[in-house]
Amino acid sequence: MSTQFKDSIETALHNPNLTGALGRFSEAYRISRAKAYEGIDFEAVRDRIAEVKGNASSRFEELAEQFKANAERRGAKVFRTSDPAEVKRYILDLAKAQNVQTVVKSKSMASEEIHLNKAFEQAGIQVDETDLGEWIIQLAHQTPSHMVMPAIHMTKEEVAEVFSQEVEAGQAPDIPKLVKFARGKLRPKFLAADMGITGANIAVAETGSLVIITNEGNARLVTTLPRIHVAIVGIEKLVAQVADIDPILTALPRSATGQLLTSYVSMLSGQVPNTDGSPKDLHIILMDNHRSDMVKDPKFKEALQCIRCATCLNVCPVFRLVGGHVFGKTYTGGIGTILTAWFDELKKSEDIQGLCIQCGSCVPVCPGKIDIPGLILELRRRLVVEQGQSLAMKAIFGVVNNRRLFHSMLRMASVTQKPFKQGRFIRHLPLFLSDMTDFRSLPAIAPEPFRDKIKAIAQPKQAEKVVFYAGCLIDFAYPETGTALVKILNKAGIEVVFPEDQTCCGAPARYSGAYEVAAQNARDNIKALLETDATYVVSACPTCTVALKHDFLDTFKTLGITDAQAEAQRLSDRTIDFSSLVKKLVDEGRLTFKEGQHLGKITYHDSCHLKRTLKATDEPRELLQKAGHEIAEMYECDTCCGMAGSYSLKLPEISAPILERKLKNIKDTGADKVVMDCPGCVMQIRGGLDKDGSPIQVEHTAERLEDRFE
Amino acid sequence: MSTTFEAFETRAAAVSAEVHRFATRHEGLAFIEGFLREVGVSEAPDSGAVWVEGSFLEGIGPAHVCSQVPGVSFEVTREAAATAKVGISQLDWAIAATGTLVQDATAVEKRLVSTLPPIHLAVLGTERILADFNSVLQRLQPEQINYIAFITGPSRTADIERVLTIGVHGPERLIVVVVDEFEKVTA
Repeated sequence: MSTQFKDSIETALHNPNLTGALGRFSEAYRISRAKAYEGIDFEAVRDRIAEVKGNASSRFEELAEQFKANAERRGAKVFRTSDPAEVKRYILDLAKAQNVQTVVKSKSMASEEIHLNKAFEQAGIQVDETDLGEWIIQLAHQTPSHMVMPAIHMTKEEVAEVFSQEVEAGQAPDIPKLVKFARGKLRPKFLAADMGITGANIAVAETGSLVIITNEGNARLVTTLPRIHVAIVGIEKLVAQVADIDPILTALPRSATGQLLTSYVSMLSGQVPNTDGSPKDLHIILMDNHRSDMVKDPKFKEALQCIRCATCLNVCPVFRLVGGHVFGKTYTGGIGTILTAWFDELKKSEDIQGLCIQCGSCVPVCPGKIDIPGLILELRRRLVVEQGQSLAMKAIFGVVNNRRLFHSMLRMASVTQKPFKQGRFIRHLPLFLSDMTDFRSLPAIAPEPFRDKIKAIAQPKQAEKVVFYAGCLIDFAYPETGTALVKILNKAGIEVVFPEDQTCCGAPARYSGAYEVAAQNARDNIKALLETDATYVVSACPTCTVALKHDFLDTFKTLGITDAQAEAQRLSDRTIDFSSLVKKLVDEGRLTFKEGQHLGKITYHDSCHLKRTLKATDEPRELLQKAGHEIAEMYECDTCCGMAGSYSLKLPEISAPILERKLKNIKDTGADKVVMDCPGCVMQIRGGLDKDGSPIQVEHTAERLEDRFE
Repeated sequence: MSTTFEAFETRAAAVSAEVHRFATRHEGLAFIEGFLREVGVSEAPDSGAVWVEGSFLEGIGPAHVCSQVPGVSFEVTREAAATAKVGISQLDWAIAATGTLVQDATAVEKRLVSTLPPIHLAVLGTERILADFNSVLQRLQPEQINYIAFITGPSRTADIERVLTIGVHGPERLIVVVVDEFEKVTA
């Protein structure tokens, strides 16, 4: 990561106005969004959006031509171009030919994308943004930090300061007064402007219509008062027919601002009369700027299903800490990272793609059904292909691909860690490693890994066998989790088999974009895990489970490796996470809880992969409750703990505040135990609570259930 | 019909629109005249009201209104609308599900009176309230109408610290007068 980028993160994290505003917003957003969707089948709505927009993007050329024909039939002039420079030239030429002195704009991300205002300024034409947020940032000489709320990073004091300096001295930090002031100052500009510029939220091919959504009413003025109207429309806004508006209009206001509908929706189709009775000079620019390149890319085509609601920003645990400006000048957050890589260039996403913690929070709430973290991972992979892996990473992955070497190094670490070890923790590391132990302790490598321990466990021979995939953390740091799992499965009459040749699941390599390394890990593991004829392959680490169940196959598919896919599928079919398996065994009557247990209050943390990929949220809770616990749910129980594998090593400054928030939510429940299904989360949360000196115990569900069965 | 009205009223009120229902056009008109007087509409500068005539006034006539409330003008120009206190227009449809008013706003006068003055007063027949967006869209044909306006409450913003503030560039008050008896009305 570049120093400049790291500095921008540092600046953002130390801006209390920013983190305060975004933190409060992210909390309120969840509630207002949920309320707005009451009585609406969100899954059905987003299926429709994905279908409508997916179909449209497959037919951009046809729909663009159809739109052009229909809009021109109704008096518009439609200009199609793929080049942002041509968009600017067209508008400036028009402005000069029509003797345009001043321009008013309503919010348009497409115009931000091509930096249109700068072009006007250079041509000596006065241009004023009229969306309040956009006007504020224009006056402050900034760029939007959020697609829907461009000035969300500023306080009323800062806004008053900007108004006082740039417009008229003496403005007080009083929000209604500031809004009135803006109305008063912008009204004459609307009335005087010769040209109005808008974007569009939807463009309908069959009628040549533009749908423009605002709350302030500025787009209505911009399209009514000036004699010329120019709409800049990215071709991804095209839909085939009028009926396609409905799902988008259902989702966009609800997802963007928690409204059932925005104050104003205008549907413009062709020319309308000006106030002097003359017909409006209407120009619609259909801009491509690499959108049709995205269509041709089988992975990234789905990103064109975005309706620009910014939900992926609002629910992102990283965005709420750093805000939008660290992402660049135009599109921000998760989807912004993807759009920047395409509309700008892949290299521009090099630093910002690293901000994605891969928690998947944005996936279930995206109205366009876009796998945003999946696409960011794909960017990461392509960056590695294009630019290569750093030497340090190469060295690490070289080791990970050699199981014997990797495991002997881990064993060695249990000896060399001695000077830093205090009980089961490493609380401080020297020099550049200190970042890792600044905000949480690290687990000491266990003196005896699980692969040695299991040999000493006397398991009764059983006909039914289950293969256990431990993963590095359980194997080398938390072997007791593995022991607990063996004990529980034995009670169900199952013998646990531990294939010695199992190795790292490849998640660290995959999440760093090193797919070739991950593919080798996948091959080694498939061979090791399918050797025994077993009912299930179980893992007590959700990230490993996801690797076995989904990622191996995806890695092979992405790399075009065909010979290993059938075996990967066999492994996938057999793989199950710990809680889901135990729940099954309980339901089948093969495990019986001890009766009459009152074990007290605990709280449960949902791990990202378990909740959002494996979708197991009820299973662990049900087991813990049946065991005799009462669950006191914590606030944001399914928000990432900040661990995310190597993320906490690469961006400890972001991982730390995410963890801090998690710890607070845990403490607020008053429970003296927090339970979770992921050893990575155990490492992060246990380490954080240890650093805090908190007495709250952190346990894996397997450990908590170890002695709960008859 | 009355359940549809109630749903509309609830949704519209939730977004700060002020909804009033009357049995007859005369009662509705009496309310409007009273309202215009109450907010100070007069012939004084910057105190007028601009009204786009519609079927609501059929058989009553603009002259009657002007005699009752001086300051009301049926000559809607950019200048008159920009200085008026109240803009009045007849809306074509409403959507119960979202509390939305819908209008063929191709005529620029209709847009002027609903965008520029600080108060927009919308007149609507009760039977014009439909259940949802699609029901309205089926009746309003975008292939024939060049500017369809959907209005849900007054103008609003939350761009400063996400604090909801009513009345930015458009009207800060939206008054909806719904009238049951609305014979001979065709949109």
